[in-house]
Amino acid sequence: MTLLPAPSTKRLGLVIDLDICVGCHACAVNCKEWNTGGYGAPLGDVDAYGVKPEGAWLNRIHTFEVSPKDSPAQIVHFPKSCLHCQDAPCVTVCPTGASYKRSEDGIVLVDEDRCIGCGLCSWACPYGAREMDPVEKVMKKCTLCIDRIYNDNLAEIDRVPACVRTCPAHARHYGDLGDPNSDVSKMVAERGGFDLMPEAGTRPVNKYLPPRAKTSPNTPPKQSEQTESLEATGFLGWLDKALEKLG
Amino acid sequence: MSQTGQETGQEIGPGRGTGEHREQERGLDASPKVSDRVARTTCYMCACRCGINVHLRDGKVRYIEGNRDHPINRGVLCAKGSAGIMQHYSPARLRKPLLRTGERGSGQFREIEWEEALTLATEWLGEVRMRDPKKLAFFTGRDQSQSLTSWWAQQYGTPNYAAHGGFCSVNMAAAGVYTFGGAFWEFGAADWERTKLFLIFGVAEDHDSNPIKLGLSRLKERGVKTIAVNPVRTGYNAVADEWVGVTPGTDGLFVLSIVHELLKSGKVDLDYLIRYTNAPWLVIDDEGAADHGLFARDKDGKPLVAERGGDKVVAYDKKGVKPALKGRFKLADGPDGGREGVPVFELLARRYLDASLAPEETEKTTGVPADQTRRIAAEIAETAFEKEIVVDQPWTDMKGERHDKMIGRPVSFHAMRGISAHSNGFQTCRAIHLLQILIGSIDTPGGFRFEPPYPRPVGLQPKPHLGPNLPGEPLQGPHLGFPEGPEDLLLEEDGVTPVRIDKAFSWDAPLSAHGLMHMVISNAHARDPYGVDVLFLYMANMAWNSSMNTAGVMKMLSDRDEDGEYVIPKIIYSDAYDSEMVSYADLVLPDTTYLERFDCISLLDRPIGEPDVLADAIRWPVLEPDRDVRGFQSVLLDLGARMGFPGMVKEDGSPRYKDYADYIIHHERKPGRGPLAGWRGKDGDKTGRGEPNEDQLERYIEHGGFFEIELPENTRYYRHANRDWQEWAVEHGVQDSIVENVFQLYLEPLRKFQLSAEGKVQPAAPESHREQIIRCFEPLPDWYAPFEGEAIDEGDFPFHALTQRPAAMYHSWGSQNAWLRQIYGTNPLFVPGAVCDSAGLKDGDWAWVISPHGRIRVPVKRTDAVNPKTMWTWNAIGKRSGAWALKPGAPEASKGFLLNHLINELLPPKGDGMRWSNSDPVTGQAAWFDLRVRIEKAEAPDELSLPQFPPQENPLPKPPENVTWGKEWTR
Repeated sequence: MTLLPAPSTKRLGLVIDLDICVGCHACAVNCKEWNTGGYGAPLGDVDAYGVKPEGAWLNRIHTFEVSPKDSPAQIVHFPKSCLHCQDAPCVTVCPTGASYKRSEDGIVLVDEDRCIGCGLCSWACPYGAREMDPVEKVMKKCTLCIDRIYNDNLAEIDRVPACVRTCPAHARHYGDLGDPNSDVSKMVAERGGFDLMPEAGTRPVNKYLPPRAKTSPNTPPKQSEQTESLEATGFLGWLDKALEKLG
Repeated sequence: MSQTGQETGQEIGPGRGTGEHREQERGLDASPKVSDRVARTTCYMCACRCGINVHLRDGKVRYIEGNRDHPINRGVLCAKGSAGIMQHYSPARLRKPLLRTGERGSGQFREIEWEEALTLATEWLGEVRMRDPKKLAFFTGRDQSQSLTSWWAQQYGTPNYAAHGGFCSVNMAAAGVYTFGGAFWEFGAADWERTKLFLIFGVAEDHDSNPIKLGLSRLKERGVKTIAVNPVRTGYNAVADEWVGVTPGTDGLFVLSIVHELLKSGKVDLDYLIRYTNAPWLVIDDEGAADHGLFARDKDGKPLVAERGGDKVVAYDKKGVKPALKGRFKLADGPDGGREGVPVFELLARRYLDASLAPEETEKTTGVPADQTRRIAAEIAETAFEKEIVVDQPWTDMKGERHDKMIGRPVSFHAMRGISAHSNGFQTCRAIHLLQILIGSIDTPGGFRFEPPYPRPVGLQPKPHLGPNLPGEPLQGPHLGFPEGPEDLLLEEDGVTPVRIDKAFSWDAPLSAHGLMHMVISNAHARDPYGVDVLFLYMANMAWNSSMNTAGVMKMLSDRDEDGEYVIPKIIYSDAYDSEMVSYADLVLPDTTYLERFDCISLLDRPIGEPDVLADAIRWPVLEPDRDVRGFQSVLLDLGARMGFPGMVKEDGSPRYKDYADYIIHHERKPGRGPLAGWRGKDGDKTGRGEPNEDQLERYIEHGGFFEIELPENTRYYRHANRDWQEWAVEHGVQDSIVENVFQLYLEPLRKFQLSAEGKVQPAAPESHREQIIRCFEPLPDWYAPFEGEAIDEGDFPFHALTQRPAAMYHSWGSQNAWLRQIYGTNPLFVPGAVCDSAGLKDGDWAWVISPHGRIRVPVKRTDAVNPKTMWTWNAIGKRSGAWALKPGAPEASKGFLLNHLINELLPPKGDGMRWSNSDPVTGQAAWFDLRVRIEKAEAPDELSLPQFPPQENPLPKPPENVTWGKEWTR
């Protein structure tokens, strides 16, 4: 068992906008290429060119089809990575102290030196956000790109998670969700950002923004005068008047 | 012990409990070194050409990210671009030139030295050049160096050159250029900052990958409505506010029904139409005459208009003229004396007000409910005319009239493959442009905007050129261009036989501005119009996903004639990877990856301009090749010099260019104008025009691999008619002279072809083609049913089958990529729920999909987010076993599949003895999306997709079991 620290005031995390995610996988692949050469063991891929390629990913895009009653079926893309929960069951379940939550910013990390690869944390995570590295057999998870956000070797503007920097649709945002005045907190407040599976009691830091209400496709705009025939009172009649106005 | 800090409250403080570990205790380095250096170059994981920062460490690629300064992607990068590392280090990369040792298709080769390879290629190519140059067919696939490859082919003297546009999206390019001097594709963009309604037709992932995502995101931020028209509701269509699940191939009818509604309610921009289009031009009405339906012209050839309120007929560009848009006018002057002309606009109004285009009527074919069509038309009208944008920016039009404002109609459009890949795609694309123009939204604030160097109307485009077909004689101009009538076709003296092997610019496909690469192998095999001696291909996977009728094409490539010789005697192929096409080549010239060579994304070719900037770019070797491969462009220049091409050797016969980089710097297509526009002139201080600059490539490299220049504010809209723009463009070498660009609602070249099909003018179309030309070449945008649907019995093949390109894959390149193949390693056929129910299919079942041409066995997945008559799959995931260095049993080959096996490059025989290409009859665009099918449940105890092919051998070492990229940099 590992203890969680006292709740931090600073809670770094992601806000993911489901309204605009087109399911392009840019975030997932850019995450993989940054992190395979970054924090901890590389993100290995076994049978990489074979029958059943399987690698460790810190972020995956899930695709669902939903069929609302009153509108056509639609596809929803749902990117999912560690949500850096305030009450992170993956931390408390860890027998070695490898899985931990940072007191200073709330990021949940795995100290791979202490990880024995038992997999309890991934069982405990209700979101399936942790993956055992298939080569190194240590637990991998989103680090919120801790080696980017505090990295003095990167330009300040680039000190954001790789997924946020790369997202072509700007569907991903990073910031301090513990600060009610931060851009991300305001975004969550304005857009009705929600917790994933609140019933799990994990109090995730990451938030999702729901799809916006579609701009009322069923409200007919103001109808213009209709022209029914080509006679003098019809389209060509209208044309004369319109051209007169034009001068 | 309590489980969480929350529950234990203050007892758990910093430094207490096993849950708390300071960074230093954990040995966490939150500020590690990232790379030794960052090389900024251009991506090539798809056709989008984004700027990338390649982080290099210990001589290897550590990380690739988007370049924030780059005009295309502004810092973001897609999945493909981010997976560039795995592409560069792919085990499918070729290592040395290869000479075939086994049968074609077997994949048996021996590695040879470059000198042997180049000597052999020179021998094969040189012999043909001195004997009968047309017997070389040189076609390139995903080629981003067409200004070089085309020039090389001109120097060789063969008429048989094109890139792959004919099976890609020529309909978009041709319809756009002919209609308004621009095109969707990558040559224009919605005004993302100002538009108030956006319609996107037939787009999954495509050209402009990142710009469209950035743009859609901006629309969402601004609360702008997006309407997506696509039978399949994935990707962009999934996030759109409204989805129109149109029946494939009927988009044109849907658009014309909107036009019908707009005309009915008088919602058209008459001022815009009068100023910028041929709406007022008079069309000769003289049934039976040889010029019936052509524009009435004065003795200088200028089209005529009638002055409103009178009967005077004057040149369209007479200053101050107020032209009539309706009526019949006596054509008193010139050769038309005594006859009558009618303004285009009246013909147009009569045509589109026809009751057959009422939404209730079109619904029967498009599947789009009449109410929805009518409402969308009203939304377009309301946005265009009630939400007008006025920008206080003075500008000058082509007549010299000064305007103090720019008026915008903020409805924008984008369209791509779903529109173009039909046999009616040219007309459908024209219909969309008609709609844009009627509401006055092209290159106006909030509308669709040109990306410089566009607009480039037909007047700024070349005509197709032929060579003298004499040994050693170059062509006098480019192969590809834009014919303006039958007189511009490339025909033998009989006026019928095509000159080109792909039959481009013949009666089969008169406006085939990008050639018909998809017909080359089929025609060469049939020796129709003749056989070829050498087939030379670059980056084109014609033995697999880039061909229709894949199995047939594989056979054609390996068929032998009665003498036991291959029907296509010699095949030279260049690619960086062991693709399916490699196994059919006799000689393989291995290319580098995109990180190892110079490339030039040129204004002479397909530039990277954005609406407010003129830009071009390079790639440069950020890594040296670790194997014996050479950039194809340098190899071409070497071959050209060995054969003594006039442009490629000096007076003493020695090579003029050391390599491609040397060419990029020193080549001048015209004095002062070369491949790159930036940093020209001896001191690098000239833009567009200027003598070569020895340091030009260094300047590009310093500036992130690209050059850009911002357009002055007064040249950012109305560029079709903006004198300020035209003058700027001439000054900056974008064009040679000021050229008029009147939007062609009524396209006279089409009417000329109809006249030749009516037998009224010479050259007259052959009898066999007349009916088709008369029907499909309507000079006003039109809709006709796709050909394949017409040729079959609807009851036998009730469904449509399509591919969609996944955002994380691009053609066949992606499957060798260890990361991307984990995302799309197989491609089920997505089948509408109701179809599944009636065929007894559920997820995981297998089905036969049967077309008039063939049958395939595929895995099935149910979906309802699709047009109910349409099934679809992801594009080009399926692979031939053994290709791309994938191991036996890889799912791409065992379960993946291509729809290509169901599609023939020829239409079903009509009993007339002719071979009719499965293409748009106007442009020759391959009609991939016309495919019609039925579906039946299949047993598949072996869980294999069918057809399967014997595995190709490959000349490469076994790929590794595992990948742990970056291990040396992790702790």
